Amino acid sequence: MRYSSWRQLTLITTAVIIGVPLLIICWSMLQLLWTDDLSTLSHLWDTVVPEYIRHSLILLVGVAVGVVVLGVSTAWLTTACRFPGQRLLSWALLLPLAVPAYIVAYTYTGMFDYAGPFQTALRDWFDWGYGDYWFPEVRSLGGAIVVLSLVLFPYVYLIARATFIQQSATTLEAGRSLGLSPWQCFFRLALPLARPAIVTGTTLALMETLADYGTVQHFGVTTFTTGIFRTWYGLGDLMGALQLAGMLLVAVMALIFIERRSRRQARYDQRNPRPATAFVLRGWRALGASLLCWLPLLCGFVLPALQLTLWSIERAAVWQDPDFWQLAFNSFTLAVCAAVLIVIMALWLAYGRRQIPTRAVRTSVAFAGMGYAIPGLVIAVGLMVFLTSIDQVIITVSEQWFNYNPGLLLSGTLVALLFAYSVRFLSVSLQTIQAGLGEIRPSMDEAAQIQGYSPLQVLRKIHLPLLRPSVFTALILVGVDVLKELPATLVLRPFDFNTLAVRAYEMAGDERLADAGPPALMMVLVGLIPVILLSRAMLKSQQAALKEQEFVPVTA
Amino acid sequence: MSRLQLDSINVSFGDVHIVRDVSLDLQQGEIGCLLGPSGCGKTTLLRSIAGFQTLQSGTIQIDDSLVSNQTVNVAPELRGVGMVFQDFALFPHLNVADNISFGMRKASASERRARVEELLNRIGLPGYQKRFPHELSGGQQQRVALARALAPRPRLLLLDEPFSSLDAELRERLAVEVRELLKKENITALLVTHDQHEAFAMADKAGVMYQGELLQWDTPYQLYHQPKHQLVADFIGHGVLLQGIVNDDASLTSPLGQLSHPSLLDIDAGTQVSFLVRPDDIVPDPTSRLRATVKARGFRGAHNLYTVELPGGIELLTLSPSHEQFQVGANIGLRPELDHLVIFAANLCELPGFYDQAPTVQPLPAVIPKAQTA
Repeated sequence: MRYSSWRQLTLITTAVIIGVPLLIICWSMLQLLWTDDLSTLSHLWDTVVPEYIRHSLILLVGVAVGVVVLGVSTAWLTTACRFPGQRLLSWALLLPLAVPAYIVAYTYTGMFDYAGPFQTALRDWFDWGYGDYWFPEVRSLGGAIVVLSLVLFPYVYLIARATFIQQSATTLEAGRSLGLSPWQCFFRLALPLARPAIVTGTTLALMETLADYGTVQHFGVTTFTTGIFRTWYGLGDLMGALQLAGMLLVAVMALIFIERRSRRQARYDQRNPRPATAFVLRGWRALGASLLCWLPLLCGFVLPALQLTLWSIERAAVWQDPDFWQLAFNSFTLAVCAAVLIVIMALWLAYGRRQIPTRAVRTSVAFAGMGYAIPGLVIAVGLMVFLTSIDQVIITVSEQWFNYNPGLLLSGTLVALLFAYSVRFLSVSLQTIQAGLGEIRPSMDEAAQIQGYSPLQVLRKIHLPLLRPSVFTALILVGVDVLKELPATLVLRPFDFNTLAVRAYEMAGDERLADAGPPALMMVLVGLIPVILLSRAMLKSQQAALKEQEFVPVTA
Repeated sequence: MSRLQLDSINVSFGDVHIVRDVSLDLQQGEIGCLLGPSGCGKTTLLRSIAGFQTLQSGTIQIDDSLVSNQTVNVAPELRGVGMVFQDFALFPHLNVADNISFGMRKASASERRARVEELLNRIGLPGYQKRFPHELSGGQQQRVALARALAPRPRLLLLDEPFSSLDAELRERLAVEVRELLKKENITALLVTHDQHEAFAMADKAGVMYQGELLQWDTPYQLYHQPKHQLVADFIGHGVLLQGIVNDDASLTSPLGQLSHPSLLDIDAGTQVSFLVRPDDIVPDPTSRLRATVKARGFRGAHNLYTVELPGGIELLTLSPSHEQFQVGANIGLRPELDHLVIFAANLCELPGFYDQAPTVQPLPAVIPKAQTA
């Protein structure tokens, strides 16, 4: 009994610690109400906040439209129709998830800017000069919308696809028998039925949009994330950054709320898993369908990947540079450490949730699993405030007692970084491990126990082999996420500690796009691993598509 | 010597009493069965015998050695009990052979191989050693789960609704097969189910549980014909309960007429009682003065089960051979043919003494004119 209450305490403490950045931000907002010191806030309101809000809103609406159009159309075409390349496309459409949005932004700048190969070719072709023609500006709000839509549409694609597969043949056949044409079936039956799923996928994509820093920064679009960064680093105003983070958090909370609601609405009729007969497309229809599916894949993955490869070949010398490999080593070590730490935490929480499912524990575990929605920059700001104040206390105490200044033990070291990663990516591993643990029914434990196995032996003989794939998947997902995470790493990394993501960001910031190529390519190659895992799981569980509902963002 | 003995055990979760004061025993080689609606505590009772549930009071003994009481709770792995789970709980990462031999921890490899082969032959799945659980049908999984529980030769086998996830036809066939298998292996078993056909097919002894109480622990025959409690009569088989008032001349005034039985002398005149009438206690008889209207007909193969309504609006059930057909709405005559009386007092408990002798029935005079006018 004492052991179990001790364990409950650790679970609740873990959740509270994970929630510290959030609590700090909420607390600072509350403080604002008490102290009535609105000078910073009103200054921000007068100057930048309206612009942040306007840009963020345009960005959100644009990306929402983009991901819904791209995601739903490709999902419907690859599930309900048969055309050449449809099988290949059905998994290849996940590939854009492998490329972080900011990397795509860099490649698009490289390709379509004034000096890029595309415009140069146009000028050569038509013998134009500067100012002779109009070309859309890549580095703009519109460009950010396009890039983010291209990278994030697989969220909608994946979830919408799962529901389209689930929709039983009888529903659509009933529609046909009642006189609906195939198109009407889509708009009046399939689409409304899939609406909760589409909303879920879109909110996930929008959370990523709000969390994005690299793309908007590179394109010079001022949003909340760039605002937080500028207020903090440019103006040195941590309080202002906290308040901006608070506002961003409100928007994120609204999205979480919408997502939870839509997930609850999503009820699936699984009784009739017979798939609907596919429409076999021929001639120009088939051509149109495959064009429509290839286009987002081409623009979201193939073109950026090609550009990165070209840059990497151009800068072939980098691959022999020991500094570059030091960078790669830093990145991978960090990713492995974070992944192991986070998966151990997730295992502890998931087992606690399974074995002592009291109300407090369930709430704590659910709370600890919310981090995926919180932008890395928001976590970083909240964490920094917390860790620096603890560091101050440590330094004061240490100087008083030992006359020794230990420096910034927490905020200036990898501890801060690992902490931030835990907050942000715990949910990814928690979901994976809980799904795996859910497969092991309690009766299996009992069946083993009643056959003479002690609880520890049950763990070794039953749980370990059954849970190994989930733990492995969780490690990979978290590791790759950590590798790609830019904003939190940028802000919290120890002085002079660089990773691949940070290097790519710095090079792009210095307009040395080609030099950003090798680290970016490396990240994309590693990013392919979880996408391959995901697509394999997707193809394997065409029937058990319901599980994909539990899917959370895997890119940062 | 009893293989399993429960003495007035109580289990509660907080303030909720799940099992109240249950006592029962099983002899070596007997198959027992607990019946009851879902939520009556029968699964909890089974889990406390397995050792997954602690007792608030009472004792559980296996082979006369104490395994559970208020303070003692021998761990499940040390009880030598086998269990078949409702969802089978086969281990998905092990093949059939490894699943079956999972509990034979001290046996050598050759012993395991031999036992697996023997059991697979017994359950009619020879050569299935290398299959994995997901490759098996529901009925096959069920049999493997049973073989796994039997492999270590447990002293006692517990089965928690073992057939509930199978379809009805398979369920009945498997119940008979499993009974044969258990008898061949001379296994003492306790089964939990809400399906009385399953219970009748399997059990040497059966009991009905209701809201945590074991109402009766008897042979299936006695449960059907001699229920000790009105709820048992309600739960087991078809039948209706009719109300009657005891007269002072060893008779009972009821919708069927005047029922006479010597034991009625022991009951105070004017007492309101209810008595059980099974469909086979009522026989259609065109000459009878007791008339009724056919409300519904259910075809049961060899028999038709009719729901008939007496003039007072009271419904009865009656069986007749299926070649003898009555239309719905027809007026037919009925003759009570009661072998014995099962009478319940107002507290729902059976009143003793009515089992030895058949009652005589006199149709009520009041019934006759109504029947004639109909």
